[in-house]
Amino acid sequence: MAESILQVRGLVKHFPLTQGILFKKQVGAVQAVDGVDFDLYAGETLGIVGESGCGKSTVAKLLMNLERPTAGEIIFKGDDITKLSGRALKAVRRNIQMVFQDPYTSLNPRMTVGDIIGEPYEIHPEVAPKGERRKKVQDLLDVVGLNPEYINRYPHQFSGGQRQRIGIARGLALRPEIIVADEPVSALDVSVQAQVINLMERLQDEFSLSYMFIAHDLSIVRHISDRVGVMYLGKIVEIGDDAQIYEHPTHPYTQALLSAVPVPDPDAREHRERIVLSGDVPSPANPPSGCRFRTRCWKAQERCAFEIPLLAVPAVFRGLDSPAAHDSACHFAEEKPTVVPPEAPPVEPPHEPPPDKQP
Amino acid sequence: MTTTEVSAEGTARPSAPLLDVRDLHVEFRTRDGVARAVNGVSYTVKAAETLAVLGESGSGKSVTAQAIMGILDSPPGFVTKGEILFQGRDLLTMNAEERRKVRGAKMAMIFQDALSALNPVMSVGDQLAEMFIVHEGLSRKDSKAKAIELMDRVRIPAARERVGQYPHQFSGGMRQRIMIAMALALEPELIIADEPTTALDVTVQAQVMELLAELQREYSMGLILITHDLGVVADVADYIAVMYAGRIVETSPVHDIYRRPAHPYTKGLLASIPRLDQKGQELYAIKGLPPNLLHIPPGCAFNPRCPMAQAVCRTDEPPLYDVSPTRASACHFWKECLDG
Repeated sequence: MAESILQVRGLVKHFPLTQGILFKKQVGAVQAVDGVDFDLYAGETLGIVGESGCGKSTVAKLLMNLERPTAGEIIFKGDDITKLSGRALKAVRRNIQMVFQDPYTSLNPRMTVGDIIGEPYEIHPEVAPKGERRKKVQDLLDVVGLNPEYINRYPHQFSGGQRQRIGIARGLALRPEIIVADEPVSALDVSVQAQVINLMERLQDEFSLSYMFIAHDLSIVRHISDRVGVMYLGKIVEIGDDAQIYEHPTHPYTQALLSAVPVPDPDAREHRERIVLSGDVPSPANPPSGCRFRTRCWKAQERCAFEIPLLAVPAVFRGLDSPAAHDSACHFAEEKPTVVPPEAPPVEPPHEPPPDKQP
Repeated sequence: MTTTEVSAEGTARPSAPLLDVRDLHVEFRTRDGVARAVNGVSYTVKAAETLAVLGESGSGKSVTAQAIMGILDSPPGFVTKGEILFQGRDLLTMNAEERRKVRGAKMAMIFQDALSALNPVMSVGDQLAEMFIVHEGLSRKDSKAKAIELMDRVRIPAARERVGQYPHQFSGGMRQRIMIAMALALEPELIIADEPTTALDVTVQAQVMELLAELQREYSMGLILITHDLGVVADVADYIAVMYAGRIVETSPVHDIYRRPAHPYTKGLLASIPRLDQKGQELYAIKGLPPNLLHIPPGCAFNPRCPMAQAVCRTDEPPLYDVSPTRASACHFWKECLDG
């Protein structure tokens, strides 16, 4: 396996809940991220999936150092970036860049595209001296598939998909090694999503980037990711490569999540077994004891309320040479046959008809 | 090749439809010009049937629904042509009072964003009860009892205790259930659900769709499901109408269209979605962007993005060709599309 360039260990972020105006008293904490460990390897895409409120965006913010963690470390090239400040932090930030979800609010409407993409150079002038910036920005526009002549246009003159390309160009400006993409395509139309996904894949090869790809759409995550982590209420409950997670999930939450995805095949209606979870995700301010999923889990037993399951290869699969032997935080981890039913064969894309067939 | 123009799939299903939209045109008169949002849409829905209207943003799918419900923002929106027959009566020629009676009692709508569709300063119980007070003249007490019954119906736990709570005290999935309860209150015959689960998480989406489908069966309501999600459509729909730039480009029973699409746009969409059951190769991407409704391209609106486009596509707007007794496609090359 490739070298690990980012190690996250025991990452915790609690947001305090306070009461009172003048003398703020802490009455509790929203446990947004509560003990997350993972590695990001060079050149890979790590997908993080989970429902809203599971802490996936908070993890992104912590990686970007936009929030300081309550505990834990994020080690990039030997340095714990959560402890850095000043010049050292600035240097690290050059290497970890972000692409945001909403291309409508993440671009300043009063700046031209050239200024938006070139702004990182104001902060890191060593990357591009003043005279070269315009050329660099035009190159970036070209790389993301936009006309370099658009450099003086404003964001409102672009469609959603084009704006997301601008956001990606800005993320690339400093030639980072890691790009954290938080729901980069969920605000886009279906026909445009594929364009942006393909662009991101091409750029990954071209600039040997590592992606941390955060999304709630399980099909898109599978498509783009080498490895996938599933989050629930601030913890990673299962992590593995794409076949391990999608074909051999052992955590009940992953199984329920996968079985709930509506697949574009009407025939799947009849022969799929859907696990419909009851209730909603509990509040992260007051998570259940023991296993956090136990309140919605059909397998939960007494043990689950007392003992927090650790993220490791479950005992039943330990030492086996099976795709089911991957990290899963469940006391009763087991495989479930056909969580994801096979879909109809893919539809061939339309192509040009032979000239003699014209009506 | 047949060249007869048909009203979308209506001819194939003999029993009288609940809703019959005929050649509907809606335009928005804006400062920048006239945006032709809906350009001759025809579809029908029968009782107990689910029609999915599939399209991207700007395809006119929601505007059509708003015109049916009579909640189009006017101005700038105007219905310029067409008929909307509900149980045989044209909604567009009714006066406001008649139409108000139909809306709510006979047809109801579920919106995407329950938090902004519900009144934030009124308890959910009062909002549900209001339906019975206004439309059925029930007393406060009776209507409240009915509200609790409805909340039970859509499986909101502890309905009796929660009836006095406000929308912000409910989770997203629960709020969407309240929207469904409100739509069901007067046992309408037609429900229009505009992206009802788009804002919800997958596990909650499954709960809500299942509930909606179950209630639809129970009351044998007609359901128009407006969505951009090909997965949700495959899960619940009987018929599909695919919209592009304000027109219906393909209609079909749901099973046929996923196997053999008859329009290059549908085909492109199906080929461009990543799969859950296997890791695919590079995704097919439809090139270009959806058209600006102020300047819809001449001929077929999809032609600038279509790999099959020929000279004829740039000049002649394709009618809805009959593909089979139950299917239609607005493509000059539907045969090639079906076979290729």
